[in-house]
Amino acid sequence: MADNTIVIEPVTRIEGHAKITIQLDESGEVADAHFHVTQFRGFERISQGRMVHEMPSLMARICGICPVSHMVASAKACDEILGVTVPPTGVRLRRVLNLAQIVQSHALSFFYLSSPDLLLGFDSDPALRNLVGVARQTPDLARDGVALRRFGQRIIERLGGKRIHPAWVVPGGVSRPLEASERDSILAEIPDARERAHRTLEWFKKNVAQWTEEAAHFGDFPSLYMGLVHEGGNAAYSDGLLRVVDSSGWVMADGVDPRAYGDYLGETVEPWSYLKSTYFKPLGYPAGIYRVGPLARLNVAERLGTPAADAELAEYRERLGRYPSSSFHYHYARLIEIVHCIDVIDHILSRPDVLDPHVRARAEVNRREGVGVSEAPRGVLIHHYKVDDDGLVEWVNLVIATGHNNLAMNRSVLQTARHYIKGDHVKEGMLNRVEAVIRCYDPCLSCSTHAVGQMPLQVDIRDAEGALLRQVSR
Amino acid sequence: MSVLTLTIEGRDVAGQTGHTILQVARENGIEIPTLCHLQGLSDVGACRLCVVEVEGQRKLLPACVTAIDEGMNVTVNSERLAAYRRRVIELLFTERNHVCSVCVADRNCRLQDLAVELGLTHFDLPLLSPQASVDATHERFGIDHNRCVLCTRCVRVCDEIEGAHTWDVMGRGTEARLITDLGTPWGDSKTCTSCGKCVQVCPTGALFEKGRSVAEARRRRPYLPYLVVHEGRTR
Repeated sequence: MADNTIVIEPVTRIEGHAKITIQLDESGEVADAHFHVTQFRGFERISQGRMVHEMPSLMARICGICPVSHMVASAKACDEILGVTVPPTGVRLRRVLNLAQIVQSHALSFFYLSSPDLLLGFDSDPALRNLVGVARQTPDLARDGVALRRFGQRIIERLGGKRIHPAWVVPGGVSRPLEASERDSILAEIPDARERAHRTLEWFKKNVAQWTEEAAHFGDFPSLYMGLVHEGGNAAYSDGLLRVVDSSGWVMADGVDPRAYGDYLGETVEPWSYLKSTYFKPLGYPAGIYRVGPLARLNVAERLGTPAADAELAEYRERLGRYPSSSFHYHYARLIEIVHCIDVIDHILSRPDVLDPHVRARAEVNRREGVGVSEAPRGVLIHHYKVDDDGLVEWVNLVIATGHNNLAMNRSVLQTARHYIKGDHVKEGMLNRVEAVIRCYDPCLSCSTHAVGQMPLQVDIRDAEGALLRQVSR
Repeated sequence: MSVLTLTIEGRDVAGQTGHTILQVARENGIEIPTLCHLQGLSDVGACRLCVVEVEGQRKLLPACVTAIDEGMNVTVNSERLAAYRRRVIELLFTERNHVCSVCVADRNCRLQDLAVELGLTHFDLPLLSPQASVDATHERFGIDHNRCVLCTRCVRVCDEIEGAHTWDVMGRGTEARLITDLGTPWGDSKTCTSCGKCVQVCPTGALFEKGRSVAEARRRRPYLPYLVVHEGRTR
C-alpha cells in the first residue's frame, strides 16, 4: 500500500531511467526492495531484417557511452558469420579502442556520477552533490576526471574518426589502418593520463577508511563472478574465454567459449522491470546470482598483466582479501582498471606493427550464426546473431552487463535499504545511499532493455482501499 | 533549330529550341537543385525539386522537363521555392525510414546533402515509418526499400544505357516499390546483367554493394562515361 512504500524516482546519476521501490512492513522495517528499469529500447527487434554488415554501427547506437564495446562484440559476431580471421593488427586496434572506451566510461562513472557522494558525503546537500560541487571543493580531482574522460574520447576520435559512434569497427576488422601521426599524438598524451589515474587512485586509497560502513552494507554478500580471461589467467577485455568463480575462489567454469554461453547462463524476466535477469544455469534461479564488471574482473583474473596495475592489484587484495565481495569496491576496482588500460594502450601502440595497413579481412556470409563477446566497462557483453543465406539478420540475442548484474543490484538495494532505512522518517542521505549502491554497478539501462514480447506485463486495477478489483496479464 | 532568348534569375540567356530550363540554367552557371535528374539519362520530373517560377504561370514548373520559350522570365530562387523544396525533401525523408547514422551511404548521399543545402533542420510532418523490406538475394548487390526515394534513376540507366530493363516501379503512392523482373527477387532475375550501373547512380543508400559497412558506399560515376559529369561531379 502507498503509505508504507518508499519510491525513489528517478534514480539519478546513472545511465538510463529507473526507479526503486522499498516496501515497509507494519513495524516500519524494510520488507522488500526492487530496482525497476522503466525504459525500453528493443534493439533485438529493430535489427531484424537488416544487413549483417550494418550490425556493428547499428548496435553501437544502443549506447552513447559504451558504443565501442557494442561495436566490438557485434563485429566479432559478424566475423564469425563471415568465417574470417581478423588480421592481428585489426584485433589490436579494436582492443585499443575498447580500452580507451573503458577509460572514458570509468572516468564518467567515478568522477561524474559517484565522486560527489564520496567526496562531499552521502549526507551532503543534494543541490551541491554533483560534479560542479566537486569542482568547487577539489578542482584538481574534477580536472583529473575531465582529463581522463577526454583522454579516452580522443583516442576513440583519432582511431575511429569521431568520439561517439565511430563507424570504424567493421565485420572482418577495422575500416582503415592507424596513421603514424595519430599514434604519436595518442602516445604523447599517455604520461599525463597515467599521472592523473595514479593520483586519483592514491586519493581513493587515502580516504577509503571513512566509507567502512558503506562498504559493509553496499551489497556485501557472496556471489559468483564472471569475466573474460586470457589463457594463463590475465584479465582480457576484447578477447579471451569466460571464467566463473565463487566468493571462496572455487572455479565454477573456466575456458568457456563464449559460443557456449547458453549452456551456462539462463535468462529470466520479472514483472516489475524491463531488464532481463541473468543467472548461472548450473546453480539455477535465483541461486546462480553472479556479478560482472570491474569487481568481478579483478576477482576472476589471476593478474592484470601490466606491472603498475598488478602492484595496485596486490595492494587491493591485501586490503580487501583475494575475493572482495562488497559492491562498494567496484569503485576501487574501476580506478585500478583505468591504470591498467592506459598501460596496455601504451604497450600496443608502441609496437611497430601497429601501423600495418592490413587490418581487415573481407568475405561473404559463410555461416548463419555468430556469437561475439567483449568486456564492456560494466562487464561481459554478448551479441548473438542468426542470419539467412543472403546475410539478413533473422534473430538477435543481446546479453548485456547490466542484465548480468540485475539480481545482484536488487539484492544490494535490499541490503542497503534494510541497513539504512527504519520506519518512514527517512533522511535524504539514507535514500541517497540506496541510489549510490546502484551507482557502484554503473548500470547502463539504455544498453540493456531489448527483448520484445518476453516481459510479463501485469496491470492491477485497485480501489481506493487498495483491494484488487481486476487483474489483466499477458 | 533556332535560338531562343530568355531571362533566368534576371540574367539574359539564350538556348536552342527543345532545351530545358535546367539545361540552359546550368550552361550559364545558374544552379538549380535536382535529385532525380542525372545528365545522360532522360528526365521524368519525378522529384519536383527543380521547380521554378515562370512569369505568367500560376503553377510552379519542373525545370528538368520544361522547354524554354522566347521571352520567358524564370525565377530560380525565392522564399516560396526554398520552402517548397524543403518540403519536398521533408516528404521524402518522412515517407520511408531514412536513418543516416546506420546507412551505407552516410556522407555520400544526395538526399542528405540536399537536406543540408536546403536547411532542413527538423521534420514538421509525422514519420510514416512503413514496414519496408531489404532484398539481398543478388550475389553482389542489395536493395533496401527503406532508403528508396523512387527517383527511378536505376530504372532509366538500366533501360536506356544497359538495355536490360530489369527495374520497374510497381504500385501507387506510398505503396510504390521498385521491382526487378515483374516482381521476382533480384537474385532470380533473368534480365539483370549484374553490371552495377543502378548501384552507381542511386542517390541514396537504397542500392548498395554487399559487404560495405556504414558510410562505406562509394559511387564511381566517372567510370560511366556516358553520364556527363557536371562541374566535376555528377549529381
